Amino acid sequence: MIQTVISENLPVDERLIIKKNSIGNKDGKRVCIVTGIHGDELEGQYVCYELMRRLKKESHQLKGRVEIYPALNPLGVDSVTRAIPTFDLDMNRIFPGNPDGHMIEYVAHRIIEDLAGADLVIDIHSSNVYLYEIPQARISKTFSDKLMPIAEMLNLDFIWVHDAATVLESTIAHSLNSIGTPTVVVEMGIGMKITKEYGDRLVDGIINMLDKFGMWGGNLPVRIKQPIISTVGDVCFINANYSGVIINPMPHSSRVCKGDVLCQIVSSLTGEVLENVEAPVDGLLFTMRSYPIVYEGSLLARIFYKQ
Amino acid sequence: MKQCDIFTMKSPFRDDYRIPGFYFGNGDKTVAIIGAMRGNEVQQLFVCSQLVKNLLALEGEGKINPNVGILVIPTVNPYSLNIHKRFWAMDNTDINRMFPGYDQGETTQRIAAALFETVRGYEYGIQLSSYYLNGNFVPHVRVMDTGYQDLESAKSFGLPFIYEYEPKPYDTTLLNYNWQIFDTKAFSIYSGSTDVINKDLAKQTWLSILRFLHAKGIIDKPMHGGMVPFKFRNEMLSTVVSRQSGILYPKCDVAQNVKKGDLLAEVLSPYMGETIDSIYSPVTGTVFFAHHTPLIHQHSRIFQIVEYPE
Repeated sequence: MIQTVISENLPVDERLIIKKNSIGNKDGKRVCIVTGIHGDELEGQYVCYELMRRLKKESHQLKGRVEIYPALNPLGVDSVTRAIPTFDLDMNRIFPGNPDGHMIEYVAHRIIEDLAGADLVIDIHSSNVYLYEIPQARISKTFSDKLMPIAEMLNLDFIWVHDAATVLESTIAHSLNSIGTPTVVVEMGIGMKITKEYGDRLVDGIINMLDKFGMWGGNLPVRIKQPIISTVGDVCFINANYSGVIINPMPHSSRVCKGDVLCQIVSSLTGEVLENVEAPVDGLLFTMRSYPIVYEGSLLARIFYKQ
Repeated sequence: MKQCDIFTMKSPFRDDYRIPGFYFGNGDKTVAIIGAMRGNEVQQLFVCSQLVKNLLALEGEGKINPNVGILVIPTVNPYSLNIHKRFWAMDNTDINRMFPGYDQGETTQRIAAALFETVRGYEYGIQLSSYYLNGNFVPHVRVMDTGYQDLESAKSFGLPFIYEYEPKPYDTTLLNYNWQIFDTKAFSIYSGSTDVINKDLAKQTWLSILRFLHAKGIIDKPMHGGMVPFKFRNEMLSTVVSRQSGILYPKCDVAQNVKKGDLLAEVLSPYMGETIDSIYSPVTGTVFFAHHTPLIHQHSRIFQIVEYPE
C-alpha cells in the first residue's frame, strides 16, 4: 500500500511528496527501510526495489509489516543534489526537526513522527561521490549494545562502532535511537551509482533479519556473512599530503600489508609522481577514494587493523 | 600593519589557496576578527576590508593603543568566494562546521585547525556571520549561552539587539562555540545582508566594531555609544511561517516596528496573481529577520519578530 507521508506545497504548481510503500499487516512487528536523505546516494534505490520485489513474491510469508521509504529527500534525489535543494543544507543534520520551524525542519519532524515506534529502522547511505565503501553498519557506542546484534544479521562485511560525537546528535539515526526506536545506519558503495552485488547482499541480510525477528517464513539466503567488528581493532585514516590527481588506486575491500602502495598522487602538468601513498598498517581496506582530484587533506582510504 | 598568510595550500590546478591575516599593534592577542567563512559572505568581506582600511589609518595616527594586538582575517575562503559557491569548493563541506579542526584530517578540517590555532588565545573573538536562509537581519550581536558568554561586553558594540541563544548539538563545531570553550569572549555579528553589499548596514557594522575596540581600550577613537541594545532570548522571538506557497509579496521590511495584526506579506498565486493568503503579525514588536525570496514554500520561515515584554 503506497501512502503519502508528507505533502507540502512548493511555490509553483508542485508538491514536495514523501511516500512510503507498506507490505504486510498491522499485527506484529514493524520494520522500516529509509534511504535518499542525501540526494546523490543511490545504492538504497536498488535495495528498496529488490526487497519489495522479493517480499511481494512471497507476501503470504510475511508476518508484521515492512515499510519502505525510498526518498526522504525527493527534491535532492530527482535533481542530483546531495543537500536539500534551495537550502544547501545537509538533511541529516536537522533532525529531530521542529514542528514550528522552517519547512525542512517541519518535514524532518514529520518523518520522525512517522518512523517513531518501529521495531527497527535501517537507514541506507552510500558514502558520497568521492569514496567507495564496503558494506558496513555504523553504530554509535551509546547504542551499540542494542544495535550490534541486529547489525550482525545484515550480511555486512564490517561494523564500525564509533565514538559518540555531539554533532551526530542531529542525524535521523541518533534522533530515533534517542526515543527508543532502534536505527541502524548502513553505508555501502559510492554516490551516484548502484552496486548490484552490495544491494543483493543487504537484501539477503534484511530477509535474514526478518527471519530472526520472527517476521518471515519464506525462502532464506544460503549464506550470511559474519562481519568484522571494529571494537577488536582500530581504524586508520589516510589523507592526501599533496594536491593532485589520483592514479592506480587499489581496489577497496582488499587486504593490504604495511607498505603496499594504495594509490599514487601525480601532477598531470609536470608528469611527476608527487606521492606514493603507502598503507601504514596491515589490515582491511574498507574505504578507498574513487574521485581522482584531491587536495591536501582529502581522505584517500581507511584501513581497519587489529591491534 | 603586518600582513602574513596564516595558511597556504597547493591546489591541483588553481592558484595557491591563501588565508591572509592583517596584524595591528605590538602587544598580546587582544582581538581577532574573522570575515567571510563562506563563499557568499560578501557583506562580511566588505565590512572586514573597511575595518582594515580604518585600522591602517588609525595606526598612521598613532591611535592603536600600546600592548594590544588586533588580527583581522577578511576571509577564510577565497576559493569559494571566487566561484560564487557558499561552501568549500571541492566537496561542499562547511569550514564553520569543522572546529576546532584537525591538522591531519580532511581539507576543511585542516583549514579550521590552522585558523583555530591562530585565533585561539585571543581575549575577544568577533566573527561576521550569516544565516542559511536568504534574507536580511537587523544588525545585531549574537552570543551563545555556553556558560562562558560575556553579555556585558556585547553591549559595547552599540547595536540595537543582543540575541542570546542556547547552542544545538550541531553548533558545537562552530568557531564561536569553540572560541568560548577555549576562554575567548566570542561574538557573532550579523551585518544585515550576506550575498549583496548593503553599504549603510555595512558601515553601521564596522563602526560598531570600532566602537567596541575603543570601549575595550584597544584603539583611541572616541565616538558616540551607539544604541542601548535590547537583549533577548529565543522565547522572545516570534517566528512567522507561511501557510501557503507561491509568490511572496512583502508588505514590510526588516527593522520595521509592527503591531499585532499588521499585514506583513501576501502570498500570490503563481499563475493567476490573486492573493491566496495574507500574513499578519502575531505580536507587537520589531521585524528582526525578513526572508528575501520571491518564491515561498509552504511552512517557510518568512519573518522573525522580536516581541517586547508587556
